[in-house]
Amino acid sequence: MIDLFLRSIFQENLALTFFLGICTFLAVSKRVDTALGLGVAMIVVQAVTVPINHLIFQGLLIEGAWTWAGLPEVDLSFLKLISFIGVIAAIVQILEMVLDRYAPALHRSLGIFLPLITVNCAILGGSLFMVERRYTLPESLVYGVGSGVGWALAIVTFAAIRERLRHADAPEGLRGLGMAFLVTGLMSMGFAAFVGVSLP
Amino acid sequence: MASSLLRHLTAPIIDNNPITLQILGICSALAVTTSLSTALTMSAALVTVLAGASTAISLIRRHLPSSIRLVVQITIIASLVIVADQVLRAFAFEMSQRLSIFVGLIVTNCVVLGRAEAFAMRNPVGPSLLDALGNGLGYSAVLLLIAAIREPLGSGSVFGVPVLPLASEGGWFQPLGFMLLAPSAFVLIGLLIWIIRTLRPEQVEVNDYPFQGTDGGARR
Repeated sequence: MIDLFLRSIFQENLALTFFLGICTFLAVSKRVDTALGLGVAMIVVQAVTVPINHLIFQGLLIEGAWTWAGLPEVDLSFLKLISFIGVIAAIVQILEMVLDRYAPALHRSLGIFLPLITVNCAILGGSLFMVERRYTLPESLVYGVGSGVGWALAIVTFAAIRERLRHADAPEGLRGLGMAFLVTGLMSMGFAAFVGVSLP
Repeated sequence: MASSLLRHLTAPIIDNNPITLQILGICSALAVTTSLSTALTMSAALVTVLAGASTAISLIRRHLPSSIRLVVQITIIASLVIVADQVLRAFAFEMSQRLSIFVGLIVTNCVVLGRAEAFAMRNPVGPSLLDALGNGLGYSAVLLLIAAIREPLGSGSVFGVPVLPLASEGGWFQPLGFMLLAPSAFVLIGLLIWIIRTLRPEQVEVNDYPFQGTDGGARR
């Protein structure tokens, strides 16, 4: 479990190893505090959606899930994409309403990031990886939290670097996006160094 | 008129490329560029989905209340992606295993939703289709270019066919393992953006904080 947690943060970092959520990663990393807000929102959403999608996949979609209804040969797993997207959108919406009702301060700081997360490939990617790697329910909870933390860690570090880079005297063609990519490459190299770290 | 229509097709390929200028759809793009064949399959899947989605959304754009348009757009895109995924599974199972989850991730690929929202919602079917094809081709061009650098240098082959004799098999070419790892894709795209912006200076981003000397005067 701890191994899975650390692996999902460092070695299999969604942003830097699988390129997931890079659009948001590049767009919302201009300041550390907004990056932190998005990172926290990401951890929460990921920790909720991956286990729920696990339950939905195991309970409704996988082959044989409808045996109790007398339909043992029904295999709805091709519907997983559309149902996962629906679940993610619904959970983000519910989370936004709950936060608005019970934690207005948190809602004010996270609010604008929540809709962005619906179309973030890291969230959908996390759920799809959960299906592909056949995680159990506890494993998918750990994986959800871990991958969220990993993504948040990556974007906060990246934003911190980028705040400095704005003041750098870079060649014209490299300014902005070009440099952002090169820095992401260097960070990704750093994270690649964690490959091979494993707990006994 | 014909030339302005054609412009929708050609502009996104270099001048307004979805990846290097609009920062769209990078997410699912880079992981599939370790070999040309996966990049080509991914591009084909994306162009098909993008063209289908833009056409469909453009067809119903007058009947779509703006409050639910995102949900409808996502549903249309997701259905098309499911079809693409199932077709790949049926006819090229090995390829679909190698692409892993990345075909599914076309759903959240911002190119598709971005073009639907920015272009197909406001334009008739013809231009929408051309715009979708143009953006798809621009995306594919970047993907194939990166793959064409990564595959030969990383594993000495093109489309899986060995072209450079590997050192491990008695040849002279020592494969660059780095090219197969994630960081190389970021670095290559960064360099590509640098090249494009050197050739097209109008794409250079505005410097928010121009370099200031110790005397406080702006250098440029």
